[in-house]
Amino acid sequence: MSPVLEVANLRVDFSGRTAAVRGVSLKVQRGETHCLVGESGCGKSVSALAVMGLLARGAVRDADVLRFQDTDLTRLSERGMARLRGDKMAMIFQEPMTSLNPAYTIGSQMAEVYERHRGAGRRAALDRAAELLGRVGITAPGMRLAQFPHQLSGGLRQRVMIAMALMCDPELLIADEPTTALDVTVQAQILRLLQTLQRELGLSLLLITHDLGIVARMANQVSVMYAGELVESATAEALFAAPTHPYTRGLLACIPIPGTVRRDEPLGSIPGTVPRISPGFAGCGFRDRCTHALPACAQTVALRSAAPGHAYRCVLPAEWT
Amino acid sequence: MLIFVFRRAVLALLVCLTVLVVSFALTRLSGDLAASIAGPNATADDVAIIRKNYGLDRPLTQQFVDWAAAAASGDLGRSYLYHAPVSGLIRVRLPVTLTLGLSGLAIALVVAIPLGILAAMREGSAADRAIMLVALLGQAMPSFWLSLTLIIWFGLNLQWLPISGIESWQGYILPATVLAFSAIPALMRLTRAGMVDALSADYIRTARAKGLSRSKIVLKHALRNAAMPVVSIAAVQLGFMLGGSIVIETVFALPGIGYLAWESISKNDFPVVQAVVMILALLYIGLTLLADLMNAVLDPRLRAS
Repeated sequence: MSPVLEVANLRVDFSGRTAAVRGVSLKVQRGETHCLVGESGCGKSVSALAVMGLLARGAVRDADVLRFQDTDLTRLSERGMARLRGDKMAMIFQEPMTSLNPAYTIGSQMAEVYERHRGAGRRAALDRAAELLGRVGITAPGMRLAQFPHQLSGGLRQRVMIAMALMCDPELLIADEPTTALDVTVQAQILRLLQTLQRELGLSLLLITHDLGIVARMANQVSVMYAGELVESATAEALFAAPTHPYTRGLLACIPIPGTVRRDEPLGSIPGTVPRISPGFAGCGFRDRCTHALPACAQTVALRSAAPGHAYRCVLPAEWT
Repeated sequence: MLIFVFRRAVLALLVCLTVLVVSFALTRLSGDLAASIAGPNATADDVAIIRKNYGLDRPLTQQFVDWAAAAASGDLGRSYLYHAPVSGLIRVRLPVTLTLGLSGLAIALVVAIPLGILAAMREGSAADRAIMLVALLGQAMPSFWLSLTLIIWFGLNLQWLPISGIESWQGYILPATVLAFSAIPALMRLTRAGMVDALSADYIRTARAKGLSRSKIVLKHALRNAAMPVVSIAAVQLGFMLGGSIVIETVFALPGIGYLAWESISKNDFPVVQAVVMILALLYIGLTLLADLMNAVLDPRLRAS
């Protein structure tokens, strides 16, 4: 079966100064959850925005393949992209507090998607909005439709964002850190909601997160990014069973596990920060923070196969210790 | 919403009261009114008689209460200069100033808002810089100079428009244009700044992610949020235009309230001065109140507080 979203060698430059994304390739299969993992500033969000055609001005996108279902997104005009966005592909964001327009009611903001893509009237669009608010677990949808964003909590606003994204039954939902700004208990609710919706609607989900706990819970397929590059990709089981790239292993070592971490021991961390990569940078972006770096790391490192369906980008052999 | 309106209205009323006191006090502080009415050649006895006849010998509080009570019933006293009731003078002059101010504001908004939006959408481009340069020039250009230039071009050389008076509506075109010019730079800059802010907001990214058309994103989602400071400043600008059009009314010989104010101040015609200050202050207060209410309509968060 052909993937819902196929990306090959996606590159994004900002005004020719920063290479934010350097050759990312991934496939999102129908009905699966594909997690894009990495720490802040590694290019996850930029990759997602590039797929949606939502990059800010001054950003240049380039890709060998960028296909959504049967549509080649690289050849699509802005107008054509706008017709897909909100209809067949939808996106929700990290900042539920500011992602809704403060000047319009929930109902008006939800209805306009349906009116735009389905040519529906206001009445039909509001009915649909009420139905979806119910679906994402919001009680008294009729009342909520008449409310303004500032009258809702962060968790409720993110539910509204999800409901709004689902107005036109999208094939693909891109969720960019949808729970990062929320309380832990609300996080769990939202994740559970996404799982339920995915099961019921057969939604394909591209979930961006820095939280490996969320990955373990949600992902079928995982892509790990570092400094704009894909450093490892595998099924969730394979990744957690046999993490291969030093960065992936480092990330996993950062998770404190109750019972194995002692009180006086320092928590795991990877020293240093993600470097800013200028165009023309060669070699592994992680080498300055990597304890296993070799001279060969300064040359272009190719993706290698650790096992069928499990790729990693490192000079070390797959079974290094 | 009702509480919001009530609070604003009470505030406006308090400001009104303060203005009444200040406008009354200012005319009394400007010198001996009886002496200036009597003129430079009057004897001390003449001044004393005038002081008694005009009631200027009574305590100030008494004078204020009498004046305020009369003003409340529509009697603003008599002009010493025109020997006519002040309320009549104002009734004739106010419509001229209102017409001038409102047309000036209308022209300003029609020019400033689209240009401000355009500059914001092309932030940093040549078009943006050109628009901002024009705004700068407009701000630097004195209105009397612009008035005279327009009179020479369109009134004398081309003979398209009348250069003075208001025999027909065409008489308003040049003065309203000059007034608009003084308001355009601020309105345009505010529109641009508000739109630049709004266009980079997260909810605009959401609107784009929903696949909305560009015009809907810009004119519905961004402009609504950028409009609030513009509304506030537009109200203040209109207040300026109504009260501060003395130069323009003089240059174009328009019998408006600004010209009346200038005349009565220079001749110390204090009942007119008091009345004009009061009327302009009331207009200002009314405009500010209107702007507050419009902002409450634009931004639901204001209604809640």
